[in-house]
Amino acid sequence: MSDISIPGSGHVDDHSHDHPAWLAHHFDDAEQQFDAGKLGMWLFLVTEVLFFSGMFCAYALYRSLHPEIFEFASQFLNAKLGAINTGVLLFSSLTMAWAVRAAQLSQHKLLVCMLAMTLSCAAVFLGVKAVEYTHKWDLGLLPAGMYITQGVAAPHHSQWLSVLCIPAGILGVGFAAWYLFALVGRNKFQLEIAGPLLVSALCFFGGVGLGVFLESGESHGAGHSAGHGAAHSDHHAATDDHAHGDNHDHTTVVDHLVAASIPGQSFPQDVFVDPKRVGVDKPHINQRGQAGIFFGIYYCMTGVHAVHILGGMAVITWLIVKAARHEFHSKYFGPVDNVGLYWHLVDFIWIYLFPLLYLIK
Amino acid sequence: MSHSTEALSAHDVSHVDGHGHGHADGEFAHAASLSMLFSVFFALLGLTVLTVWQSTLDIGEAELWVTLGIATVKAGLVILFFMHLLWDKPLNAIAFLSSIIFVSLFLGFTLMDAHGYHNTVEMKDTFEASLPPAPAAVPESAPATGMAPTT
Repeated sequence: MSDISIPGSGHVDDHSHDHPAWLAHHFDDAEQQFDAGKLGMWLFLVTEVLFFSGMFCAYALYRSLHPEIFEFASQFLNAKLGAINTGVLLFSSLTMAWAVRAAQLSQHKLLVCMLAMTLSCAAVFLGVKAVEYTHKWDLGLLPAGMYITQGVAAPHHSQWLSVLCIPAGILGVGFAAWYLFALVGRNKFQLEIAGPLLVSALCFFGGVGLGVFLESGESHGAGHSAGHGAAHSDHHAATDDHAHGDNHDHTTVVDHLVAASIPGQSFPQDVFVDPKRVGVDKPHINQRGQAGIFFGIYYCMTGVHAVHILGGMAVITWLIVKAARHEFHSKYFGPVDNVGLYWHLVDFIWIYLFPLLYLIK
Repeated sequence: MSHSTEALSAHDVSHVDGHGHGHADGEFAHAASLSMLFSVFFALLGLTVLTVWQSTLDIGEAELWVTLGIATVKAGLVILFFMHLLWDKPLNAIAFLSSIIFVSLFLGFTLMDAHGYHNTVEMKDTFEASLPPAPAAVPESAPATGMAPTT
């Protein structure tokens, strides 16, 4: 009889041989099982790298052929939010690696805690992403054929952010109800699962709040510089080296759009708002077939990346359930390790996405 | 390598050795040390700050390569340390490196070719088509939305 006793994993079968529940029949020992699983995960990661490389190839090709489009369109991306998202994802990689360590050392409570923190970081990332996306939709920064020329229509606030918050809100309420039921029923196992899920749902809204705070702070804070910006754009309108102009402040373009929509003033209908006046002096780029290319690539890459984050969150939730059952220990931590590998790959992709999309000069 | 259940039941599984050294008694894949994890994390944060800072400088064409260089260092840290590849079985590293080699071939050949063609597709000027829809004639009406997916 094995003297490894793990609660909840009683193994009832009529095999004549004797093996722990966590060791599959076709493996000789724990190490072989671990190595096989790990190689399988690395091979999957190879396919993921090649999968993303298709999109990186599109990026490289279009940027190589139309650098001016990428320089123009990258202004609309909020580098501050991007950097924060990078930090959040790096921290989630740390907590995930720590979770793997906890699993290897049979530190059950710490494992659940670290997995919960990873899940929460992912939720913050998605919250910030939701703000970024809806802000762009408000401005008409849409992919390819749907792109709206900037600097003409006044941006307005739509309800898209609220729409995106609805599923998170439903989940949050559901998790809160589950948590309360578990609290009342004094069900420790369910508390250990419902708790992290509830915290993650709250962290999504935390991310949304952070994004909204930073986005609005940028527009309002730079609003007073609208006058200076207009003067600058007149000065630079004639020249073509826009890339080397006062482009350091990405909010110049956006805040001009905000300044154009002065409250109380009716929307200018018969006056064509000169893009030069609002600082967007590249009509040959600021149109559907041009700037739209960048945003098609942007939404595709970050969108597929976000789908991978969602998938990772689902798998981490599955891990939390198993970890709450104390299924992982120093001889069986493969699932945690392999999900960790997947999660680090998601971080790896973002490490390249952030500078290539957000930090184009 | 001892196999079967004898090795499994022979030793203690819940040790408290923080570093999990050695492969004694069938132990495999030692646990990462916390100091290693935290130092890698702070190195990654530092490199992120560096990459944001260098984007504010004006170094022209080199900017892309500096950016990619820093990103590759960060990626290397994640792969070697967080993903534990430095201590892993070589076959896993070979698998991953092969993917990088194929991605290089993919991007490399495509980019080599990119500027070799005359643009047979003329980019149509779609400026007018990209303008937001004209608002309603009445001045007091609410401003027309500038975005395609209207709620």
